[in-house]
Amino acid sequence: MSAVVFARHQITPAERLRDAGWVAFVALILGIPLIGLTTVDAGGSLEVSTRFGLLAACVVAAFGGRLGLRWMIDTMGARKLERQRADTGKSVGISPVKVVNVIGWIALGASIALPIMYSDNRYVVDTATTVLIYVMLGWGLNVVVGLAGLLDLGYVAFYAVGAYSYALLSTQYGWGFWEALPVSGGLAATFGILLGYPILRLRGDYLAIVTLGFGEIIRIILVNWTEFSNGPNGISSIPRPTLFGLEFSRSAAEGEQTFSTFFGIDYSPMHRLIFLYYLILVLALLTHAFVSRLRKLPIGRAWEALREDEIACQAMGMNTTNIKLSAFAIGAMLGGFAGMFFAARQGFISPESFTFTESAIILAIVVLGGMGSQMGVVLAATLLVLIPEFGRNFSEYRMLLFGAAMVLIMVWKPSGLLSHREPTLRLSRGGARNQDALEEAAQ
Amino acid sequence: MAYALQQLINGLTLGSMYGLIAIGYTMVYGIIGMINFAHGDIFMVSAFIAVTAFTLLAAADVTSVPLALTFVLIVSIFFTSAYGWAVERIAYRPLRGSTRLAPLISAIGMSIFLQNAVQLTQGARVKPIPPVIQGGLEVWSTPEFTVQIGWSQLLIIAVTVVMMVGFTWLITQTPFGRQQRSCEQDRTMASLLGINVDRTISFTFMLGASLAAVAGVMVTVYYGVIDFYIGFLAGIKAFTAAVLGGIGSLPGAMLGGLLIGLIESFWSAYLWAEYKDVATFAILVLVLMLRPSGLLGRPEVEKV
Repeated sequence: MSAVVFARHQITPAERLRDAGWVAFVALILGIPLIGLTTVDAGGSLEVSTRFGLLAACVVAAFGGRLGLRWMIDTMGARKLERQRADTGKSVGISPVKVVNVIGWIALGASIALPIMYSDNRYVVDTATTVLIYVMLGWGLNVVVGLAGLLDLGYVAFYAVGAYSYALLSTQYGWGFWEALPVSGGLAATFGILLGYPILRLRGDYLAIVTLGFGEIIRIILVNWTEFSNGPNGISSIPRPTLFGLEFSRSAAEGEQTFSTFFGIDYSPMHRLIFLYYLILVLALLTHAFVSRLRKLPIGRAWEALREDEIACQAMGMNTTNIKLSAFAIGAMLGGFAGMFFAARQGFISPESFTFTESAIILAIVVLGGMGSQMGVVLAATLLVLIPEFGRNFSEYRMLLFGAAMVLIMVWKPSGLLSHREPTLRLSRGGARNQDALEEAAQ
Repeated sequence: MAYALQQLINGLTLGSMYGLIAIGYTMVYGIIGMINFAHGDIFMVSAFIAVTAFTLLAAADVTSVPLALTFVLIVSIFFTSAYGWAVERIAYRPLRGSTRLAPLISAIGMSIFLQNAVQLTQGARVKPIPPVIQGGLEVWSTPEFTVQIGWSQLLIIAVTVVMMVGFTWLITQTPFGRQQRSCEQDRTMASLLGINVDRTISFTFMLGASLAAVAGVMVTVYYGVIDFYIGFLAGIKAFTAAVLGGIGSLPGAMLGGLLIGLIESFWSAYLWAEYKDVATFAILVLVLMLRPSGLLGRPEVEKV
């Protein structure tokens, strides 16, 4: 009995039909109250109108969709099984780490070349800038969630602190982008510590709900404290960043020069967009370099240790208070920088931009990308920004599509798109050699 | 004094509704240890079903209020629990046993999906229905202020009490309740003892959704106006209530709901109404700082 082969249970067509029929039945039940019936305003009072045609179409679509999905799962499953049988004993040739590294360099090259290739396409450069803002936010949140393992549902609060501190400093006190940059980051970090301190004892979902509450508190204060933040109307005409004092406008102020006159080229509004793009690219790359370096420092290793086992950390004599607070502060600071850039780019901010949905999107980027994976964040941010953009033609469906995509990607790849977690520390060459020697000695 | 009594009544009404929703959160958390973020939106869906059902009844010239309420409750509970079942089946069951964050993200996605699905199919405008129950009972009359309990408020409190009694019976006395509690304690062991864990979890979601449906009908009756966005805030408040009471504890959820309702109505009456949500969250933070496992929750002991 050496070759026991478990035959895959073959599903008969009748079973497939029954399965799809069941799904269609569920779709019918779910569809009746929302799709089949709807209430419309008929002169002051509501009236029920029916859409049974649409409902029938949805039920048929569910039936067909289930049949197709089932067929796909079965054939793919069979193929995978065959591949596994054929593969026994062979190992994968290329390490996934190397592949990701190569893709990273390609992505970097592409992102540097993008504004040159699309120098007259406003839309592409704008969208790419948005992607990069989310990449930066994702990398910032990755410190808190991915590395330190602290679930933060209110990250948008720090984004808001950064954005509002620049907006107020520049419109009220006339500060420039570059002077305000460290101050905004510092303020956001302070808020991170302020939030972090009282909730150090909490963990897991308690932490999640308190951070969510903190994010909402900040937003509610911004909406209601009109003297401070101008309430729901927001703050407008926030000055744009300059390039060493060179403005990106058609005409310069007294005694100043614009970018175009300084370099003796014709003025084009695209210059500013491209400058903003490169600015956020540089900021994001700095963030990446900063976080990657931190991961190799004792503090970064402490974060990862904390994520894996808090009790063990305490037993090793690590100061968990400082470790958690530093993660919150650094994550918040990066969020503050991103928020500041956002304010400078938009020129207008209001509490509308800092709702819970935004926090959810940033968290989704980190988790969908694969927690702790820097490249995963890039991939997920690109996907999540582009999905609604593709849906722009049928704009009312874009958030619907977005929600469905979040569920589907999660169900398809629960540990994230790039879940491969590389060890931050490797054995040195000497260590590896010793390891070999040990193994040889053991044999 | 009279004014305070009125706030007490309003707070209890509001708190009962939060409590009903909070039970759904706490049960799901107890059994699979995840925040069912879409629960608030399930509640919102149930309110829309209630509006449709009330409008249908009005078109059919049903004037008897008890009959109408019973019909709407049954219809709403039926369809809403179908939604609860489907959400679990589609978004959470495939993720069971994966990382803790995966179902949370999937739940947030589901919440966004449901919100937009309702907005698309039912329209983004607010839905008003004519008041179902009018009038009330004058409890106490002083020259400055008359304390009144609306019939709808009485109804909400009564229904909540009935639901709680029935629910406690269901969890403590029936075979289903035993299965549910055993799954909560140890899912692997429960399945080894022949309990169908998947089915128990599905039932838990349907039960939670039914309670949310009751809350949805009550909100429709009480306020008479709903929109597709009510789920978010109600969901967060109810979750706060569940955490406040100690997540995983059923009486705790109800207690937390009542407390949140009372805090909210007293705060809006005596302090700044626009900061009432801030008050809710601030009190949550305070309670968690002093008692991290909530008011009635058992502290989690972690063994190495």
